[in-house]
Amino acid sequence: MSPTSVLYDAQGPRARRRTRIATAVALLALAGLAFVVVRRLAAQGEFSMEKWGPLIDPSNEAFEPVWQLLAEGVVNTLKAAAVAMTLSVVLGTLIAVARLSLGRAGRIPLIGLVELFRGLPVVVLVYFGARVLDDVGVPLDQLPGGQTFWGLVIGLTAYNMVIFAEVVRAGVASLPRGQREAALATGLTNGQAMRLVLLPQAFRVMLPAIISQLVVVLKDTSLITFVANYDELLSQGESIRRNLDNPIQTFVVIALMYIAINYALGRLAQYLERRQPRTAGRAGATVDEDSRVPVGGGA
Amino acid sequence: MDAVTDNLALFVEGYLTSLRIILVALVGSLALGLVIAMCRVSPVPPLQKFGTFWVTTFRNTPLSVVLFACAFGLPELGINRTFFFFGVLGLVLYTSAFVCEAIRAGINSVPAGQAEAARSIGLNFTQGLRFVVLPQALRTVVPPLGSVVIAMMKNSAVVGAFGVGGDLWSTGATLTSARGYETLPVFVGVAIGYLCITLPAGALLQVIERRVAIAR
Amino acid sequence: MRTRRTTLAATVAVATLALAACGGGDEGEETAAEPSVAEAPEFEAGTTMAELAEQGSIRVGTKFDQPGFGLENLSGDVEGFDVEIAEIIAGGLGIEPEQIEFVESPSAVREEVLEGGEVDMVVATYTINDKRKERVSFAGPYYVAGQQIMVASDNTAITGPESLRENADAKVCSVTGSTPSENIRQYLADPGQLVLFDEYSQCADALGNGQVDAVTTDNVILLGFVAESDGQFKLVGEQFTEEPYGIGIPKGDVAFCEFINETLAANEEAYAQAWESTAGQVEGAETPTLPEPAPCS
Repeated sequence: MSPTSVLYDAQGPRARRRTRIATAVALLALAGLAFVVVRRLAAQGEFSMEKWGPLIDPSNEAFEPVWQLLAEGVVNTLKAAAVAMTLSVVLGTLIAVARLSLGRAGRIPLIGLVELFRGLPVVVLVYFGARVLDDVGVPLDQLPGGQTFWGLVIGLTAYNMVIFAEVVRAGVASLPRGQREAALATGLTNGQAMRLVLLPQAFRVMLPAIISQLVVVLKDTSLITFVANYDELLSQGESIRRNLDNPIQTFVVIALMYIAINYALGRLAQYLERRQPRTAGRAGATVDEDSRVPVGGGA
Repeated sequence: MDAVTDNLALFVEGYLTSLRIILVALVGSLALGLVIAMCRVSPVPPLQKFGTFWVTTFRNTPLSVVLFACAFGLPELGINRTFFFFGVLGLVLYTSAFVCEAIRAGINSVPAGQAEAARSIGLNFTQGLRFVVLPQALRTVVPPLGSVVIAMMKNSAVVGAFGVGGDLWSTGATLTSARGYETLPVFVGVAIGYLCITLPAGALLQVIERRVAIAR
Repeated sequence: MRTRRTTLAATVAVATLALAACGGGDEGEETAAEPSVAEAPEFEAGTTMAELAEQGSIRVGTKFDQPGFGLENLSGDVEGFDVEIAEIIAGGLGIEPEQIEFVESPSAVREEVLEGGEVDMVVATYTINDKRKERVSFAGPYYVAGQQIMVASDNTAITGPESLRENADAKVCSVTGSTPSENIRQYLADPGQLVLFDEYSQCADALGNGQVDAVTTDNVILLGFVAESDGQFKLVGEQFTEEPYGIGIPKGDVAFCEFINETLAANEEAYAQAWESTAGQVEGAETPTLPEPAPCS
């Protein structure tokens, strides 16, 4: 929380008393809620070691295979997210550059593409990548990593590249006009100016936005579970639940893993944002304090 | 394209179900998001902490995990409602975190002098928020809030898999796997359905943005 | 989750969660006696059998998420009746169980993996029907399942599929895009009665906490839940469909089909053992006799 809020003054004695009362009431309410939830869960036997053991007790015989599955899941999740992200940035940049440098006629199909992919649910695009492409005979299984992996990556990329195209466009547009003019004046061509002068600067500005979006991509990898088989984190959780019949416990652990990874990424984005010189232009997504509003929310 | 023309009625029904999910979730997530945002900016520390916890949790968890918790965790706590309720609730909880952040960013964008001026004429915290800060914040809030809402519309596809059924996405799944239709035409049909929701919504959003901008 | 929105994942998604639920370690020890492996069998040159025997290995498509039939355990091995059946057939070809490569084949892709040559056969709770016969051929059937209804033990209102219409408030759960979910539609007063999930275990959970009133799918799967429920669930009514499970092979491979049928017929004892050590461990699951094979085409 920001130490000084614009919304209220430093509090006087009465306000402080009121705040204390509100604090006590809020604490009581929250504690009461927590108590009810915990009691209910306990009554259902959800805290038994039989259900938690395989997840938290290293001496449990299932502990090792369970964590091996989870670790594999994290690796696969990160792998898919990283590849999808890289492709999205590259393709997004190409689309943005094309949009900035093409004439009006050339731009229209690109805008159509952007609107099309932005308007579809990610899970539908993942379905397209993992199932439709296979049905119409695109030989994704020839690629290293396998068909489902690339199907997932293609689905995520289709969605995120157009979002990146927008981010890059905003990033380039946010640079002072003099940058491009100066580049042209030194004899660079339009393309060279873009490549050597504008994009490098835009990317620096955009880095936090890229990382924030990585969080979205990472969460969206879990959508593959609705479409096909890829052993990412959520699928591994399903596999564990199927064997041990402890859905609540497994999902709590998995949720915590997602939160830990994504929270760390969010912090990294903030750190990078804060390090940036204030004079530089700002990219499409702003990362102020700890409020990241992602450029494009996924699931 | 037989898959679509033969089952047009199913697609239309799926479209309407999806719309229903979206409308309820829209109202719910805006309201809840506002409440959480108020918590986060309030002077009461536990409420602030609670707001931060809420946002951190729901923003960093995949929607499918949140939905699972709603559909199977809540009945475990003795809460028995329809799966439609649980599905929409999951979408609302998830989206509220993003709504909260959009609103909070907007509130933070209002110059401090505005809030100070509000207090100097004797408005208290709630009044200051309601009459001075929020109306102005609205301007900055609309564009990011719009993207959050459109993302929510797309995310509604996942809700269908949790016992709700009959929405666009589940309709597509039923047609391809149980009735053996080719995936491509069904995909096209489902995609058109979602575009019929998101494109008009995007256009409407632009109109609103322009309106709000003029109101300045 | 592995296979969602898939035809038969549905049909038999979560057979004996019982096996799973008892959890922990005791699964591995209950595998059937190893089926006999033929010593250097002779096959006519050019047949699929000759090719596979020569190669010494076989790729089998199966489910990885179906307790009792094909479930991947925590250490990555697949267990279940389908797996045992595959081992019997491989044994006839002189292939050791260790030389079988199981390829995860959820319902929706079973025809594809056969057509694309990614597997040599599919044993994956694969119901034989005419639509599928257009794309693949079937050996068997090796088991005949039937759709039934499971309710809470204290439920007296629902006595079979017909009573769902009379209880228009009753919710019945099945898996999205599954054959049972399609079969049950005709018995409903209102399509809103049907609740769809991705897996039958989720349906069983929903039945357990009162969110739905009935679950419907193949009887063997339901029996698994009944056994696991400590008397909380029961089956009601008769089986109202017939689901013959076949072994999917590339279209038109009559010789391979006949070979599979002969191999199964010659191993009736191993067949019964395979059942008893997997899906048959559930209380109330009768050991089947090998059904009469359908003519190969």
